Parts: sequence; structure tokens; C-alpha cells
Amino acid sequence: MLRFFSIRLLQAIPVVFVVITVTFFLVRFAPGGPFDGEKQVEETVRKALEAQYNLDQPLISQYFSYLGDLAQGDLGPSFKYPGRSVNELVAAGLPITAELGLYAILVALALGGTAGVIAALKPNSAQDYIPMSTAMIGICMPTFLLGPILMLVFGIWLEWLPVSGWGDLPGDKILPSFTLGAAYAAYVARLSRGGMLEVLSQDYIRTARAKGLPEYIVVLKHGLRAGLLPVVSYLGPAFAGILSGSFVIETVFQIHGLGRLYIQAAFNRDYTLILGTTVFLAALIVLFNLLSDLLAAYLNPRLRAEVQSK
Amino acid sequence: MPTLNTIAFLFSPFARRFMLLLSVCLALNACSPGESRVEQGNRLSEFHAANASEPQTLDPQIHTGVPENNIAMGLFEGLVSAHPEKLTPIPGMAERWEISDDGLTYRFYIRQNAKWSDGTPLTADDYHWSWMRVLDPQLGSEYAYMLFSIKNAEPYGTGKITDFDQVGVRVIDKHTLEVELENPTPYFLQLLNHHSLFAVPKHVLLQYGELTDRYSDWTRPGNMVSNGPFKLAEWKIYHYVKLEKNPHYWDADNVALNAIYFYPIENYSTEERMFRVGQVHKTFEIPLDKFPDYQKNHPELLRNNPYLGTYYYQFNLTRKPFDDIRVRKALALAIDREAIAQSVMYGVVDPGYTLTPPGVAGYNPPVLLNFDPEEAKRLLAEAGYPNGAGFPKVELLYNTNESHRKIAVAVQQMWNKYLNVNITLTNQEWKVYIDSRNRLQYDIARAGWIGDVQDPMNFLDLGLSSNGNNRSGYNRPEYDTYILNTIPRSKTQAERNANFYQAESMIMTDLPFVPIYTYKTKYLVHPSVKGLHTNYQDYYFWKYVSVGN
Repeated sequence: MLRFFSIRLLQAIPVVFVVITVTFFLVRFAPGGPFDGEKQVEETVRKALEAQYNLDQPLISQYFSYLGDLAQGDLGPSFKYPGRSVNELVAAGLPITAELGLYAILVALALGGTAGVIAALKPNSAQDYIPMSTAMIGICMPTFLLGPILMLVFGIWLEWLPVSGWGDLPGDKILPSFTLGAAYAAYVARLSRGGMLEVLSQDYIRTARAKGLPEYIVVLKHGLRAGLLPVVSYLGPAFAGILSGSFVIETVFQIHGLGRLYIQAAFNRDYTLILGTTVFLAALIVLFNLLSDLLAAYLNPRLRAEVQSK
Repeated sequence: MPTLNTIAFLFSPFARRFMLLLSVCLALNACSPGESRVEQGNRLSEFHAANASEPQTLDPQIHTGVPENNIAMGLFEGLVSAHPEKLTPIPGMAERWEISDDGLTYRFYIRQNAKWSDGTPLTADDYHWSWMRVLDPQLGSEYAYMLFSIKNAEPYGTGKITDFDQVGVRVIDKHTLEVELENPTPYFLQLLNHHSLFAVPKHVLLQYGELTDRYSDWTRPGNMVSNGPFKLAEWKIYHYVKLEKNPHYWDADNVALNAIYFYPIENYSTEERMFRVGQVHKTFEIPLDKFPDYQKNHPELLRNNPYLGTYYYQFNLTRKPFDDIRVRKALALAIDREAIAQSVMYGVVDPGYTLTPPGVAGYNPPVLLNFDPEEAKRLLAEAGYPNGAGFPKVELLYNTNESHRKIAVAVQQMWNKYLNVNITLTNQEWKVYIDSRNRLQYDIARAGWIGDVQDPMNFLDLGLSSNGNNRSGYNRPEYDTYILNTIPRSKTQAERNANFYQAESMIMTDLPFVPIYTYKTKYLVHPSVKGLHTNYQDYYFWKYVSVGN
């Protein structure tokens, strides 16, 4: 197990390194720089600014000094926010995005898992079609549409819930969590339906039923464990995707998380912030993929044996 | 049976545990609307303002944006302040001042009771040191040029001289500051109300860094000291900046609010929704498509006042066919500005026929443009494109934005309808667009200019060949001479305005820039707010503001 883990970890290092290198040079080739604005900056001022951020050095030496700082865990200062370090900005955004992501995953599992299992119990019936077509709508409906609709209904018409912010007002976390979770719930529903369908036709399920076990024990104890495997292996990428891709929700609901930070850094040409968030998210994605592999291995005895024999 | 199974599943221990976990997580932020933020604010005399974006920094000599300025106007006060409506100079940190007859020397008498928010006296030396800091090229302040009307400030600010004693700022005694100007500058007193000329607390800055440090911890809550009606209480990154009343402010007795909250809310639709549910007293903007509804049904909530800015199109004079003045004029005459302002922009803005918005410092610019498709057609034919025949393929560039796109489409249709000229539209993301304009990589580009001071010079010097903001390739030596030599030597305001008139006539005949509209503010203010005055630069003087019934 440890060996499997370390091999995967070592494989991840070149991936992250390539991401750093490509991003570092790509952002520099984008037209416009961090200090370009509607008002032209005086030449002396521009030079002073570039000197303050080492931008007057040759690109290659900037690259190596960035790598040097990165090795010490320093993501550098932000260009757009003088006085803020990238570490600080990421640290301020991460808990918010992580919390949002966690709730979204919980919503996705609760809604999607339930719908998927219910559908699998009686395939090709109304009990299957209704949740599955709802899920299909969930997949097709973009979050930037669902979000405002929910805001309109629950925030403006019913006035039950706040329409923006995160942790500022009671109840303001419900709508964004639900909106973000809904998209993933749809995938979870399809995956769990597929998984359960396959499992429920297995011999050991028939055995369990033959023993006279109540149906819900058969489904939940014997069926669910194997049936949700596809969902588990989906969770890692999904959580990484939520972390890096929640920017739409974060924009609609005015949540200052990582996703929005990332997008704005790109618009502002805040080189260090773009790099910092990219590197951070790349590392997270790699980590979550790794974790979900490990979890899948733990849940699936066949895979576990394979891993342990390595 | 399966239906029963389904129900059984829903009540199974697994599902129950799951639902419990979920509901606990969400219930931690359970919904209980109760008292809205605005109601609470009215009770506690606290103002809640939507303020667009997370402030870059709170250092007034470093920041450049409007949201930051809104906060700075609470934290700081200029040596000379401004009337909240007319923006004419009124005493600020200086209780009075004297101007020499030649208009070159200003002597300011700082209040005896002028203090920083930590109780330290504020003296003439603070201004001397602050202006030395903002002008220091090493600091890289993007607004340093605002001080260039002070004698030798430009050579110092651009590194040509290094001795600050040569710059025209002298400390006479603790409460007396003398400033010598390069040329008579009628708007100099106005400049003192600009954030780049605010004093910063030397005794605090030097505690956390050096004079040229662009950033240090001095702007953090607990460290920051300022001299305005309010002081920094909290700065929760991405959540809000909270200012509270500064007891050491000289006029603290007349400050009504106990606190102001600034929320970084970037989405205009979101802030409008927040306004509707009573979460903010004031929005930063209002979505364009919501404007007609408010205008019709809730005009009492809406602020829509002239704003010192011009929206214009510029031609790249280094490219054909825009080197031909007749082509520029033909295109300019074939734009129906009234239709753009009324139909495309829902009447939010005023049609613009001049580069300087009307009514700046008593100056009324010449109106040389109008909507005249016949004359436009004639000019285009004269330039060699009768009925648009043979007109080259040109592009109109704008930065990605819905209202810029709508205007561009309207102009495209007008040129097609009246001149039979077909252009293509190109949009670019903001920084790319800036870069294209800087490198003159465009045919026609959308542009906007917001004035920093109420003076026509602030608009007319856009046409200077040496001005980095020109970006059109316009280069006319007579115009440069006029702006650089003739106007600064004007003796009286009347003569100065007459000279501006001449200069503007010149540039509006040459038409490197074609005005489309003049800006107006558009935002919502809760009826419980009093004393939030409106003015041409949309400056908020928070000391006069109160909330409540």
C-alpha cells in the first residue's frame, strides 16, 4: 500500500512541475501586463514597479527564482493587491471554496445517491425514468442558470434565503451549496444507478435475498457497498473539479473563494497569483485523484489485492 | 414491493444518517430573516455600502480605483476639502490659506487641533514627507503625476533630480506649509482633495517599513492610522472593510455615522438583489436593463447625475483611410448620438458632442458635431468613397462588455445605413484591448476618459502628441503648443476658458476622437439615507451622511 502510494506520489511531481513551467511562460506571452490600465503609467513609474517585482530580470532568471521561492512554499507577492501575498490570498479563499465544495458534495451524494438507487430498484419503469430524466436536466442545466432561478424563487419571491455572500447572513450558504451540488448530483445519480443495476443482478445478491433478508438490508448492506464504487472513484475528480471549477457559483453568489480569485487573477495579469492558484489547484487535483484511487482500492477487495501485491 | 422498498430505503439508518449530517451542516446557517442589515444599520447608525471590489490596498498614495477612493474618502481628509455638491474648495486639514497675486505660491495654515486617529498631532511636516514619498520614483505611485504642477515635482518624480529640497514644498513651522507651483494652476486646491495628495502618517509608516515600500503592514487593522472622519476598524478580506468614527477628527462632533461597511460585490445584478432585500443602503451601480424599471416605478431610489467622463471612439490616424480628415468627419457626422443615448443606453447617459463634458469649471465647450447624414455622405464621396464604394475593410475594437457591444452594433448599423460603409466588430478582453491600443494595433477603438479634476485640461491634454493616453497617433504641433504653452500662461479664468475653447475647436475639427456620450452615475440609495450628496465626480463625503427614519 505504501509503495503504491509513494509511486503515485512520485508520478505526480513531474505533472505539477510541467504545470508550473507551462503556466509561467504562457501567462507572460498573454498580451498586456499587470500594470496596464486605462491610464498610461509614467515610464519611470513603470520601471520602478517592474524592479519592485523583479520583472526587469531576464525571464529565465525570473523563472528560476520563482522555483526557488516555491520550493520554500512562498508563492510571492500579489501584483494587484500590494501588501497581500499570494499565500495569504489563497489561504483566505481556500476555506470558503472547500466548505462550499464539501456541502455541494454532500448535496450531490444525498440527492444523486438516493435518486440513483431508487431508479436502479425498478429499472425501465416510472420509478427509473422520473429521477433519471430529472438528473438529465440537472446535467444539461448550467449552474449559471439554476443559480439565478433559485435566487429568484427563494430569495426574491419567497424571501426565505439571502441571495449572496458566504457566512455573512444566516442561511446564505444553502443556495450556493444546493446549486453547485445539483450539477454533480445528476452525475452521481447516473453513476450510482449504473453501479447498483450491475450489482443487484449479481449472484450474491440473489443469495442474500434467498436467505430471506429484508430488501432494504439487501440493498443497503450488500448492494450499496459495491454499487457505489463508481461514485467513489468519481468523488476525487469531482471534488477537485468543484474546487477549481466553482467560479461560476462563486461569481453568481458573490462568494470570494478560490475559483473567483483564479479567474480575476487571469483578467488582472496578476502573474504570481495566476501561478500560485494554478500550482495549488494542480497539486490538489493530483492529490484528490490519488486519494480516490486509494479509497477505491480500500473498498474493492480485488483492487486491494492488486495494490498490495505491488 | 419495490415501492415499499424505496420507502424503506429512505428511512434506513444509512439515509437517515446522511440526511442528518447534511441538515446539520446547512442548519448551522439556518434561515431566520428577522432584522435586515439596513434596519440594523439604521438602528445603530451604521452605513452598509456595496463597493464593487476587494480594495487593492488602503494606502491612498498607491491605490488607483474608484472603490478604494470611496473608502479613502472616509479614512482621510485633504489639506483642502471640497464642498459636497459643488466641489469648490472648503477648509479641510488647513483652516485657511493664502494665494500670492501671481498664483504661484500657496500658504496653508493647518488646524491647531489637527490630529491623526491615534491622537498624534498632524503637522506641516507630515505633508512634506508624504509628498516626498508619493513623488519618489522608487515607490512607483501611478498617480504621482497629480503633483506635477508643484515646482520641480516632475523632474523629481521622474528621477531627473534627487534633492527634494528643490521641490516647491516648504515647512514654515509646525502648522504652516508653503507650496510653490511651476505655473499658475487654477485647480490646484481641487487637487488637494485627491487621494494621491492625502497625508500618510510618517510615524506609523516608518514603524512598518521604509519610505519607498510600496506595501508594508501599516494598512492592516490595528496598525493603520488616518486623519479623516473615520478610521479603519476591520478589514476582513473578501468580506468587508469596516470604518468607525474617528474621535480625534477635528470635526468629530458633526459626524453622524458610527460606522461604514464596504462590501466587495462585483456583480451588479447581485448588488441590486441585495438592495431589494435590504442588505445594503447603497449599490455601486445598477444593471443597465433594470434602469428603465426603476426610473418608472422607483425614481426616488435612483441616482442618475452627470459624471465627469466622456465615452468616445478614436481613430488610428496612422492607418488608411483614417489619415483623411474627411473620412473621420463623415463617420463622426453619421452617428445618431441621441438614438444611442435613448434607445441603446435607456437614457442613462447624455449624448456627447464634445470632448470635455459640458459645464466643467464654468467652461462651455464648442459644439462642432451634430447628426448630419447628408453632409457625411458628401464628405465621404469627396474623400473618394462615393456611397461607400471602395471603402476598405476596417474593424471597430472594444473591450468585452455588453453595453460596449450594443453601442458598437448600433454604430455599425448607422454607418451602414447612412454611408453604406461596412465595418466588422472585434472585442478583446480588457488587458489585450489596452495592449492593442497602446501599440496602435486597431482601426477604430472604443475609449472612455474619466476626469481626475474639474478642469478642461484634464480632457484636452489627451490630444497631446506626447501623452501616453493619446493612443490615436494624433500629432499636431500647433495643438501641442497651445496646450503646453498658451493655456498655462492665461492670466484669468475667462482667458483660460477662451483658450480652452480654441484648443477644443482645433481638436474637434481634426477629430482624432469622436465623442459618443457623456457619463452619468447610476446607482440606488435607500430612502433612509440622508446627506449623501451628489456631485460631478461622484465623491462621497461620508461625514455628512446619516441613516435612520
